[in-house]
Amino acid sequence: MGTEYLIDAKGLHKHFKKVKAVDGVDFSLASGEYVALLGPNGAGKTTLVEMIEGIRTPDAGEILVRGRSLNEDKAALYGILGISFQETRFLEKITVFETVRLFASFYKQPDEKIGKVIHLVGLEDKKDAYTKNLSGGQRQRLALGISLLNDPEILILDEPTTGLDPTARREIWDILLRLKNRMGTSLILTTHYMEEATQLCDRIIIMDKGRFLAEGSLSSLVGRMKMPDVALFSVEGKIPDGQEINQTDPVIEWDREKGRGRCEMRNVATDMPLLFAFLEENNLRLIDFEHIKPTLDDVFLSMTGRRLSEEPE
Amino acid sequence: MKMRRNELWQLIIIHFKELLREPGVLFWGIGFPILMAWGLGIAFTGKKETKKDIAVVNFGADNKLSAFLKDHAVMDNSGWYLLTVNDQVFGKNLFRFKPLDSLDATLGVKRGIYQLMIDNKGDSTVFHLDPANPEARLLQLQISTLIGERHEDDTFSGANIIPLEVRGTRYIDFLVPGLIAMNIMMACMWGMSWTIIERRKGNMLRRMMVTPVRRQNILLGLMTARISMNFVEAVLLMVFARIYFDIQIQGSLTALIMVFVAGNLAFTGIAILTSSRTSNTEVGNGIINFVNMPLMILSGVFFSYHNFPEWSIPVIQNLPLTLLADSMRSIINEGAGVAAVLDKTLIMSLIGIVTFGLGLKMFKWY
Repeated sequence: MGTEYLIDAKGLHKHFKKVKAVDGVDFSLASGEYVALLGPNGAGKTTLVEMIEGIRTPDAGEILVRGRSLNEDKAALYGILGISFQETRFLEKITVFETVRLFASFYKQPDEKIGKVIHLVGLEDKKDAYTKNLSGGQRQRLALGISLLNDPEILILDEPTTGLDPTARREIWDILLRLKNRMGTSLILTTHYMEEATQLCDRIIIMDKGRFLAEGSLSSLVGRMKMPDVALFSVEGKIPDGQEINQTDPVIEWDREKGRGRCEMRNVATDMPLLFAFLEENNLRLIDFEHIKPTLDDVFLSMTGRRLSEEPE
Repeated sequence: MKMRRNELWQLIIIHFKELLREPGVLFWGIGFPILMAWGLGIAFTGKKETKKDIAVVNFGADNKLSAFLKDHAVMDNSGWYLLTVNDQVFGKNLFRFKPLDSLDATLGVKRGIYQLMIDNKGDSTVFHLDPANPEARLLQLQISTLIGERHEDDTFSGANIIPLEVRGTRYIDFLVPGLIAMNIMMACMWGMSWTIIERRKGNMLRRMMVTPVRRQNILLGLMTARISMNFVEAVLLMVFARIYFDIQIQGSLTALIMVFVAGNLAFTGIAILTSSRTSNTEVGNGIINFVNMPLMILSGVFFSYHNFPEWSIPVIQNLPLTLLADSMRSIINEGAGVAAVLDKTLIMSLIGIVTFGLGLKMFKWY
């Protein structure tokens, strides 16, 4: 039987005038998997998910959802997909409840479902508020709630937390993590927040200029790039003279005036004890210590020379 | 309860709620057309009492007009000579004569205060007026009749004038059906086109499309809500016209409903065609005006289109707004029945079906 993918896409291309928005990409999604498409603005994430959603036609390539071509039966496709766009302006003077009820009628869902969904995204208090009076976070939660009306097998969220404050972002993450545990939903998430990708997703795909640069779990991505962990610390005591470099493996760079040190560790398990032993030998007392793990942003930087938050040139 | 879960039903009531929660809708949709009918009706319909101001030069000299005014008119505080004439034909007329020197009188005429200036010269009375101004001409005739100065060539005699009092011949009779027709066009073009463009722009249309909803229901819901609203607006305008201007539907009600439905069909079709592509409200604004403006000007809503060149009349008569206004007029004012408006109804329906089909083919859903 082999691996049965919920979504299996091969050789996807989509060009707009001169821009290659998606430039030869293979994508698959397994059941229950949370996948992040991480990349800066203009990386082609939205175009890719829009092709999967069936609202854009690829110039080349094929997308199979549960083994069937997208164009075969769109109504059936939308029966199992839950979609939330980067931004949806709901009807302004229609309440949260009425909006959910409208969409519930599209899915032929009973009235009880409306309350359940509103509860799930924590909008009970705002049930009777016009959508125009919702905050950005509440609006995104409404959009998320609507995408959950059909208990979707696959949830596709396009930048669900862009522009939200940390609390509002956290609230959406909590909802998504709960879904993963309880419902076994699969998720495709686009984001340019590396924290979001690492918090939520099992697999992260780093995307830039229409291509996949790398994919895997956070640790495998970081490991693959051989990015060192970094220890930053301050000490009291006499830093050994004329000896910037320790004779053992890890290298310490000293700022003697401030009593600060920085040490890159290729292998934390062996390098960390060596570092502490060295400090003890030289009678250096630690004042503070910080262990910095490499981030996806570092990975992205080392791959493209740009940061995730930068606009593409 | 099954009804409440029906997607079309939900789409219809959502549009209704949107409309009714916007206070402006009630005013612009219902209040404004009524105000317009009232205002224009008052301005152009025969008033019961008319007031006419006339400048008199060389007053007081020994002449016919001075003698006449001194005998028959009342002088008020500001030196006007007032003369009220109850005329069976023209209703109550108040003539106000103002004695002036010729300089002031001429100035008054130039400024449009007086349409007629009378200069007394001995025995003769000289009238100064713009011959192209029919009102001034009429005033001159009235005054000459009053003072017995009618000339032989003035064959037009007050006694022989038959006033137009037959229902359906007043300006307001012409206006009200035109206003209803225009209202339908405006409501469809702005109410539907604009709504569709806004929804496309805000991703709402696309959000609805990525559900199993049937796409025809999205449009059908919008159309149903809009047409029902148009119906309410038209009925209220008719009721007002009935009460205030005594306009009655002289023809067949069935025919009127037929024409109403066909007209709505035509304009909802046109609305869907005009809003089929763009997601830019400014472009939408332009397109909507591009359709509305020529129809407003050409279709004779406010004034008859028969003043346009002969060759253009057949074209104008087949424009959707003209078809709707003309067929409504013929039913309301001329007592037409179903048969008389059948061809116009068919053409409007055809326009609706063709534009709807074309719009649907081009329609950008995502």
